[in-house]
Amino acid sequence: MAHAQSHTKRIWNVFWILSAITIVEVILGIYKPDVLHLTSFLGTSPLNWIFIILTLAKAYGITWSFMHMEGEKTWFRRAVVWTAVFLIIYLVTLLLIEGDYLYSTLAPLVRW
Amino acid sequence: MEANIAVPNDNKPTWGGGGVKPFGASYGKMMMWFFIVSDALTFSAFLAAYGLTRFKFIDSWPIADEVFTHVPFVHGEFPMIYVAFMTFVLIASSVTMVLAVDAGHQMNKKKVTIYMLLTIIGGIIFVGSQAWEWNTFINGTYGAVKTTDGKILQFVDTNGKQIALADFVVGERGNARVQHTKGNGLWFEDEGTISQYSIAQIISSYEANPDVQIRTELIDLDKKQKTILSREKGSEELAKTRLIVEGANLEVNEYGNTIFADFFFFITGFHGFHVFSGIIFNIIVFFNVILGTYERRGHYEMVEKVGLYWHFVDLVWVFVFTFFYLV
Repeated sequence: MAHAQSHTKRIWNVFWILSAITIVEVILGIYKPDVLHLTSFLGTSPLNWIFIILTLAKAYGITWSFMHMEGEKTWFRRAVVWTAVFLIIYLVTLLLIEGDYLYSTLAPLVRW
Repeated sequence: MEANIAVPNDNKPTWGGGGVKPFGASYGKMMMWFFIVSDALTFSAFLAAYGLTRFKFIDSWPIADEVFTHVPFVHGEFPMIYVAFMTFVLIASSVTMVLAVDAGHQMNKKKVTIYMLLTIIGGIIFVGSQAWEWNTFINGTYGAVKTTDGKILQFVDTNGKQIALADFVVGERGNARVQHTKGNGLWFEDEGTISQYSIAQIISSYEANPDVQIRTELIDLDKKQKTILSREKGSEELAKTRLIVEGANLEVNEYGNTIFADFFFFITGFHGFHVFSGIIFNIIVFFNVILGTYERRGHYEMVEKVGLYWHFVDLVWVFVFTFFYLV
């Protein structure tokens, strides 16, 4: 085939990065440092934000490198990524706001 | 008719991708991407619904570290370890998949075969681990009771560590209740497994043992831990017991909210089904590689297409892992 050069080295690099991120997540998940876990930042704990950001970093690594999104045509990439990202953010935002509303409405009715 | 259907006008078959390639992507690859978009939206809908429910019960949601604590063949509590292993297996199988695609670009049949095989093995290990995880979750660890107002009460020792029913319940069962089976039951009716303890037995054991305390689902938001009741308050709550809960299923859940178990089964089950079908696709492609189908076709694009699906399964797991086990 035309593009016969191998990307093996790069693939392994991405693998090590993804593994390292997972290990960091697991260590934080086990020890849950109080400074990060019991404080609040933008609606949830900083620890949760770290987990979410690391997750998005992993998702980026998998999509761009493993699924070879970086090699696709710009507008094909956008047709897939923008559509999914926009709809997901939209749905998640609405449902989480709704969930918070349900909590504020129903929780006072529960006697512990 | 010709006005209504797409007719290949360059003498190339449509299933081969047609003549004109929008975005320079072949027909199959593009459709795989669009399928992945729709599947991603399905999974996000599930996870968003999970988020909504969790926000709704934010002050009493089960704490994942207290639910998923087991590792096969090892006693004791190791939260996160096993699920981290599963994540690692899935990432590793993603790597072997992408190495197979890479070898396919070089038309290296032998390498593609080996990497496809490794990918399949990784997938099987993952599904097996998930089955084990389900089994552990369904069987439960400690046992709890459910009150008439639908709350789960768990038992802890003086250090606040959870203990099993078997650790403190003593004495006779008392109510002479036996399991209904078709053989001996009234009206020949079956019933689910009943607990080896009776409610009265649990209450009297609690009253007799001052070292046992009761933990409710309510989370102390300052410490992010479940609230432990005083002995007196515990006794009051325990008197409302309706049901002994051991393990988790779609109706009851000893770890807390039943809907947590429902979402766990639904989302990890749907993901596990994706992994399972991914393994089947991989096996089909694996045999086609061995038979030389792609060698004759002149390219290994099919490996690339199942590869996309396989990576997507890994991608979803990354999010499931975060929102079920970490956050």
